[in-house]
Amino acid sequence: MLTIQGLSAGYGAIPVLHHITATIAAGESVGILGHNGMGKTTLLRCLIGALRVTAGSVGFEGHDVTRLAPHARARLGMAYVPQGREIFASLSTLDNLRMGLVKTGERSKDAIDALLAHFPRLKPLLDRPGGSLSGGEQQLLALARALAGKPKLLLLDEPTEGIQPSIIEEIGETLTRLRDELGLTIVLVEQNLDFIATVSQRVLVIKRGQLGAEIPREHLDDLALMSEYTGVHA
Amino acid sequence: MTLTGFTTSWKSAAVTLALGIVLLAALPSVLDDYTLLQMTIYLVMSVLAVSLGFIWGYSGILCFGQAAFFGLGAYTYAIAVVNMNDSTVPLLLSIVVPALFAAVLGYVIFYGRLSDVYMGVITLTVTLILFNMINSTAGPEWKIGNAPLGGFNGIPAIPPLNWPGNIDETITPRGMFNLSFGVLLAVYAGLRWLIASRIGHVIIAIKENEQRAQLLGYDARAYKLFAFTLGGAIAGLAGCLFANWGAFTSPTIFGLAQSAQIIIWVIVGGLGTLVGPVVGCMLIQWLTTQIGTQQTFNSNLVLGAILVVFVLLVPRGLVPSLGDLLARLFRRRPVEPAEPVGRVEEGRA
Amino acid sequence: MTAGVTPLLQTHDLNVRFGGVHATRDVNFTLAEAELRCVIGPNGAGKSTFFKLLTGQVKPTSGRILFRGKDISKMQPHDPGRLGIGIKTQVPSLFNGLSVWENVWLSARRTNPPKIANDVTRQTLERVGMLADSKAITGTLAHGQRQWVELGVVLAADPPLILLDEPAAGMSDAEVMRTAELILEINRQHALVVVEHDMSFIRMIAKKVTVLHQGQVIREDVPDRIMSDPLVQQIYLGKKAH
Repeated sequence: MLTIQGLSAGYGAIPVLHHITATIAAGESVGILGHNGMGKTTLLRCLIGALRVTAGSVGFEGHDVTRLAPHARARLGMAYVPQGREIFASLSTLDNLRMGLVKTGERSKDAIDALLAHFPRLKPLLDRPGGSLSGGEQQLLALARALAGKPKLLLLDEPTEGIQPSIIEEIGETLTRLRDELGLTIVLVEQNLDFIATVSQRVLVIKRGQLGAEIPREHLDDLALMSEYTGVHA
Repeated sequence: MTLTGFTTSWKSAAVTLALGIVLLAALPSVLDDYTLLQMTIYLVMSVLAVSLGFIWGYSGILCFGQAAFFGLGAYTYAIAVVNMNDSTVPLLLSIVVPALFAAVLGYVIFYGRLSDVYMGVITLTVTLILFNMINSTAGPEWKIGNAPLGGFNGIPAIPPLNWPGNIDETITPRGMFNLSFGVLLAVYAGLRWLIASRIGHVIIAIKENEQRAQLLGYDARAYKLFAFTLGGAIAGLAGCLFANWGAFTSPTIFGLAQSAQIIIWVIVGGLGTLVGPVVGCMLIQWLTTQIGTQQTFNSNLVLGAILVVFVLLVPRGLVPSLGDLLARLFRRRPVEPAEPVGRVEEGRA
Repeated sequence: MTAGVTPLLQTHDLNVRFGGVHATRDVNFTLAEAELRCVIGPNGAGKSTFFKLLTGQVKPTSGRILFRGKDISKMQPHDPGRLGIGIKTQVPSLFNGLSVWENVWLSARRTNPPKIANDVTRQTLERVGMLADSKAITGTLAHGQRQWVELGVVLAADPPLILLDEPAAGMSDAEVMRTAELILEINRQHALVVVEHDMSFIRMIAKKVTVLHQGQVIREDVPDRIMSDPLVQQIYLGKKAH
């Protein structure tokens, strides 16, 4: 589904990613672990097209999307939930969700109801302007909005940040269900080891802009080993 | 030292000032009187441009009516010097009166916590009100002391600046050139010094993130009021120089066109620098003069086209873009990572 | 709390209503000098609103806020900083166009002469581990690094009360531990109120936890009892015992 080949990228004179190569199969759920500043967000931004690559390519379902604008990639079925929510503050929660439907052109009422079944917490908030929601509520809204467009590939940048523990569990369950029932492909960047272990089938480490080997599942519980992988020592 | 480091350090200020002083000393001996006269008005307008460049680029205040303070400065000087004969107090008044006006206006806007949009609307409206007011004072009954306001005719034959205490020793065209250039350099030096001080840093911080600045305990209203008032004072001084240059002032100085021009100079030259507005002002003034000598194109049309081109292609303005270009030419090659992180695994097909 | 000692912070029947939402309900909250309190609660419980009340960004609809006995319910935006309340906001609020050094320096310089301000800035940056990056432009830093910078900005002003809104957000496990250590160190001389969701982090630092739900304080106790409380588990913690 997603092929990344020799991807390099950076900001101006500062290179961040170096020759990233990875393949993600359809319906697979991959987690990317990494210390701050190692390039996790940069990688996702390259995948969705918000940042130009300086070398390498990105392939999505056989199409070369390396030079494609973000909205074109969205139309092909890629969805992105950025770090920092980025919901439309002056639009109501309901309108935010409807914006997610724009691509599919579905009748909004049924689609929204189906979506809210996965995110019941948003039901009492539908009329409130997005900006008045709490941080965690905004995060849920951003996630729901991305799923509204029925994407094939979901890119998530630290989706559990600011979310209370019980909702983190719910999100984990929702994503796992979507993966199993609808074959949703997920690329997840996270710091929360529990969550990444629940949702991902394999976990990779990104360190100083390069993608490392897969981490065996049993190592995810060991803090000392994890520090070795991410290169961060407490 | 990186280019950014250079441009914000005292070194770039020193280089610019040195260059300026050299030009100030050298140009009068190379140029004829007519060209010096032309250059003088460019210099005067540059002082006006710098005043907006400062409050907009460093304090984040987009004032649509900087011409109001400019005009007040010119008119205050004219009226005062006609009444007082000696030009010393009128010169000071031409700075103080616009500054007070700016202080009152600024107080209403900043302490009333009106948004940026209101700043634009109010300042624009104020300048238009002043235009209309002064424009309709044509009759002989409109005068302050001995000075008739003149309405749309303006105030002609404004007595020039004289050495303090000696009414007969008035300033010559060459003297005006030296004075205007000197004022521009002094204003530049003063503002660079201010920007490097703590007050300057706080002003810039407020522009960056007003809320965070306030959370640190800085009263944003007071700092913005200070910057705005200072901008008004500088614009007023430019107005006084303008009245001296042409020995004439009229209500068009308050016009919409004048206000718009100042904004265009700053955009073209580069918002966020002090040299930028000067470059933008001089370039556009010079172009306007050149275009005015031919009949094919209307000068406003050409200026409009230039503005469109700049906004689309050189959005940061001339000086910052030139800086970027130089930075790219002198940049050292990016450093590769120290060692590879281990086997980079090919994903499963 | 010893009788007769003025608490650092006290709220009396604090209420805030806006846009039809009763965001803060009859909150009575007391904090002693140099006390460390954690505040937890579901998303939308009113935690950030509570902080906004303490920094004057939101005015109470009714009730009072006392800081060292002084009524601060109606503050100007620049008052909290001057009174001695510092806040690290949920979304880092920094001077993005300025360098890391300049951000912290502006905080240190407000109450210190230039030389001391420079020393304080250097020491603070060392404390939060950002001295090596002091020349970096803040807007270009990764999220977690911005959190450290903001912590530095708050510390440099040396306020008696520090509010931290989700200080561990976006941090790796190792960084979370470093943050916890730093908070405990800061607590030796400053009072702290920390809003967080990471229960393992809270266990590391908290002696007393306040639980907010729908704008009200529903529990206030030591961490262990809070985490085994059935209501808290139902509305907040979920099935896994953290």
